Amino acid sequence: MTAALSVDSLWKIFGPRSDKIIGTPDAELSRAELKTKTGNVVGVRDVSFDVAPGEVFVVMGLSGSGKSTLVRLLTRLIEPTSGTVTLNGMDITSASESQLRDVRRTQVSMVFQHFGLLPHRQVIDNVAYGLEVRGVSKKERRAKASEIVDLVGLTGYEMSYPDQLSGGMQQRVGLARALAGDPEMLLFDEPFSALDPLIRRDMQNEVIRLHRELGKTMVFITHDLAEALKLGDRIMILRDGAIVQIGTPDEVVAQPADDYVKDFVSEVPKAHVLTLKWVMRDPRPGESMDGPTLPVSTIVRHAARAAIASDAPIRVLDGDRLVGVVDEEDIMRVVVAEEAV
Amino acid sequence: MTTTAPAPAAPKPVEPGAEPPPPERTRVSRWIPAAGVVAVWIVVWYFTKGTNTLALPGVARTDLHDELTEINNALLAGRDTNPVMQFTNSIADMLRSAFEWVQRMIVVPSPPRPVPEIGWLGVVAIATYIGLMIASWRIAVLVCLSFLSFGVLGFWQDSLDTLIVTGMSVAIVVVIGMPLAVLIGTSPRANKVVTVVLDLLQTMPTFVYLLPVVLFFGIGVSAAVVSTIFYALPPLVRIAGFGIREVSTTTIEATDSAGQTYWQRLRKVQLPMARKTIIVGLNQTTLAALSMATLAAFVNGPGLGKPVLAGLRINDVGAAFVPGVLIVVMAVMLDRTTTAASERAEKVARGGGGNVRMRRIVLAVGAVATLVAVYLSRTYLSLAEFPVYTIGDRLADGVNEVMDWVTDTFGGVTEVFKDFVTNWLLNPMQSLLAESPWYVSYVAISALALVFGGMRALVSTLVCLTGIWFFDLWHDAMITLTMTLVATVLVMVLALVFGVWMARDRRFDLGIRPLLDAGQTIPPFVYLIPVLALFGPTRFTAIVAAIVYAAPAAIKLVADGVKAVSPTTIEAGRSTGQTTWQEITKVQLPMARGSLVLATNQGLLYVLSMTVIGGLVGAGALGFDVVYGFSRSEAWGKGAAAGITIVLLGVMLDRITRAAADMRRDDGPGPRRAFNIRLPIGPPR
Ligand SMILES: Nc1ncnc2c1ncn2[C@@H]1O[C@H](COP(=O)(O)OP(=O)(O)OP(=O)(O)O)[C@@H](O)[C@H]1O
Ligand SMILES: [Mg+2]
Repeated sequence: MTAALSVDSLWKIFGPRSDKIIGTPDAELSRAELKTKTGNVVGVRDVSFDVAPGEVFVVMGLSGSGKSTLVRLLTRLIEPTSGTVTLNGMDITSASESQLRDVRRTQVSMVFQHFGLLPHRQVIDNVAYGLEVRGVSKKERRAKASEIVDLVGLTGYEMSYPDQLSGGMQQRVGLARALAGDPEMLLFDEPFSALDPLIRRDMQNEVIRLHRELGKTMVFITHDLAEALKLGDRIMILRDGAIVQIGTPDEVVAQPADDYVKDFVSEVPKAHVLTLKWVMRDPRPGESMDGPTLPVSTIVRHAARAAIASDAPIRVLDGDRLVGVVDEEDIMRVVVAEEAV
Repeated sequence: MTTTAPAPAAPKPVEPGAEPPPPERTRVSRWIPAAGVVAVWIVVWYFTKGTNTLALPGVARTDLHDELTEINNALLAGRDTNPVMQFTNSIADMLRSAFEWVQRMIVVPSPPRPVPEIGWLGVVAIATYIGLMIASWRIAVLVCLSFLSFGVLGFWQDSLDTLIVTGMSVAIVVVIGMPLAVLIGTSPRANKVVTVVLDLLQTMPTFVYLLPVVLFFGIGVSAAVVSTIFYALPPLVRIAGFGIREVSTTTIEATDSAGQTYWQRLRKVQLPMARKTIIVGLNQTTLAALSMATLAAFVNGPGLGKPVLAGLRINDVGAAFVPGVLIVVMAVMLDRTTTAASERAEKVARGGGGNVRMRRIVLAVGAVATLVAVYLSRTYLSLAEFPVYTIGDRLADGVNEVMDWVTDTFGGVTEVFKDFVTNWLLNPMQSLLAESPWYVSYVAISALALVFGGMRALVSTLVCLTGIWFFDLWHDAMITLTMTLVATVLVMVLALVFGVWMARDRRFDLGIRPLLDAGQTIPPFVYLIPVLALFGPTRFTAIVAAIVYAAPAAIKLVADGVKAVSPTTIEAGRSTGQTTWQEITKVQLPMARGSLVLATNQGLLYVLSMTVIGGLVGAGALGFDVVYGFSRSEAWGKGAAAGITIVLLGVMLDRITRAAADMRRDDGPGPRRAFNIRLPIGPPR
């Protein structure tokens, strides 16, 4: 299966004569050094990754790490300095104005942290905006938009203006607007950072539900690790514009690539993320081998009860194959001490 | 393709790992070296005063001035062969015939008819209907009464002429200005270039561009329209451009990411979201146009300015008073109508706007009534020509009597004030500035510029002062500078007192703000009338008129600046038990310093331009030179030199105050942004 999105050695450098830097020794300088030396700021540094169709790909990093820049480069809301972005086999970086417009109209939609709604339009016309710029007739686009409004749970608010809605509802409008054009891919730039925690959880669940129902490919930017772990099939961690690590949630938590990532994940309740794969060990000689079995992808926390109930260690299976065992103590080390890994 | 990126946050984020900022050098107050400069100046002055002052008596001219006159004459002589002049002359012809066509429609006889195509009743009905259509019945009543007052007070034709000039100019300004606004709103580079030009246009006192406009467009209605266009263009371009530029980048990105084209972005996102601001710009432009249209009486422009000017010239306050009042009526009418129209448009856009069917019926009935009125006004002579009333004349006489009584009764008080300012502020300062040898003043002013504005201000100041010296009007320039500074000091005193008071007392603010707003919509011409009545034609009169004119803007700026000081800071201060006086002087004023500098900047420019208009009422110096240059063809060159000198003074003062504002590191984006858009624009200068 070909990748839905493929990014290859993508760079973005802000500032004067930024195109003169890549390939010179200056490109190796750290961000702060380059800033002092040339006045240029590295937004994104030599980033490559692939996203599979239907995958939820999360990009994480501290403030200023280049997440927003990266996601804007994907549809060239910002012009890349060098590198390529390929979307469904089409080279975005060399696309013409009108091809690019076409991609934005039909293939990729985006949801923004600060919503970016049009204050002078009602909810329904905000949602229909993408269809409107495509030239869909008013009747048709309103019909489609009201379907989507129902889908995101805003039924009854069609005729309201954005400033009459709460933040969470406004972001639902943003979501609806992105969905209205029926794109294959959705890009989210910290969509829920401006919302309070309860609403945020609702919205996260909403995204999970929509992903399940519609199966769209998603690139999701966040600086909230819990959110990343909850939503992401894979997580990419950026620092100063460069990739530090790409991996599944449990990989990132279990094997942080460096201290930066380690710092990030140190607060995570590991038992909620790690699977048995990361805590199992080889059976010791003489250990009883008649304990219960669990698949290797079981989350540690879910294995705890079985481990406590059984005297013998749990046998961990990958398919039918025995790959290791865990006992109560192994699990407690993760759950209680949080220092096992 | 847009490259809009999340704008870097206002206070620059400190890069992780960056060096800590260098410790701030402790700043010596700039007033100490400034006082030093002045002290040295006074000492030097004491020993050298009266020498090398470059004074040029009243109507004397230098060779340079005569050369300028020659250039003017040569241009005028080559009028029929010079392609540029031919082009401007043909534009002038077009403007004149357009004006005359509209005039024949509504005010002057349209041959073969002995009366206009539409008589006064029809005109009043149409105007009222427009008020009803774009705003509300209240506005319709206001418009109707305003129009009736034009006729009843005896200035029907002059009033309509002013309205035609204003209307034509605004229409042309919109056609030229909106594309420019879009350009500067969407392209930062274009913004820089256009802003430089607009800055220049706006620091230039009105009179200055009347001279070249007359040269290229002749006198009369064409000059009136062209100078009004120049004058009214900047507010629209600036404010509308600002509105477009300020449209949230997130919204632009969000809609761009839906794949919109350039035009879709402009039409569906930028213009609608900036609409409110654009209408504010339109409102300001209309008022500016009205002011300039009245001032254009100086170049023989038609309209209400003419009788005002005639009254001022012969010192007949009563005669100037009635048309002056009508100008105010017109300003209020235009201001309220555009404001109400924008409010209504806002409401309608949001689905409000009351009962739609009811409104349709009212509009339909109104349309029929208007048509009937137009028909009647074409049929009956008495409904075509506004009947003559004597009430205007009687009012003028009454005003003269009242003014005589006031000057007789309060003359003493005003004299005391006048003598105080003249003897204690005006004379000493003028003596220092103008009676020092020119090179002493030159060095001293440059040194002060360096103290207050740093190197940048010094360079501009050197250039401007050299220019002033070159145009042979040094002594006059120093006198005008003195008057400008004195008036500005008084403006700032008023601004501080009233501004702080307004910021601290909400009720006072609510009470006085409408007055200030009204003050800002009144064309400056009108201010001269009462001031002239009180003080007679002297230097001091010009200064008072300038103060009255400049104070509202400065007061508002100070009030808003002080009000913007964060309440948390004030609370924190209060919790230390400070007194009110300490709170004002140690917290509110220092924190509002950016606004104070801006208010000073605006005050200076307003005052400078008004001192020129004050040339009419005894301001002397450069103001007189310009006015005289208008009236005598052999003095044209001197008038032009005086005009350029005024511009140089304006640029110099503007640069120094701006640089002074920039040297302060802690004035937030507020004041600096205000510098960039110059809101509120207020009436012309
Ligand atoms: N238009 C621009 N010009 C110059 N520098 C920019 C521009 N846009 C972004 N940057 C810089 O690029 C870097 C990355 O910014 P970006 O907005 O992508 O970070 P982010 O990871 O999205 O941060 P946040 O979590 O705060 O949104 C920052 O250092 C920023 O200052
Ligand atoms: Mg961001």
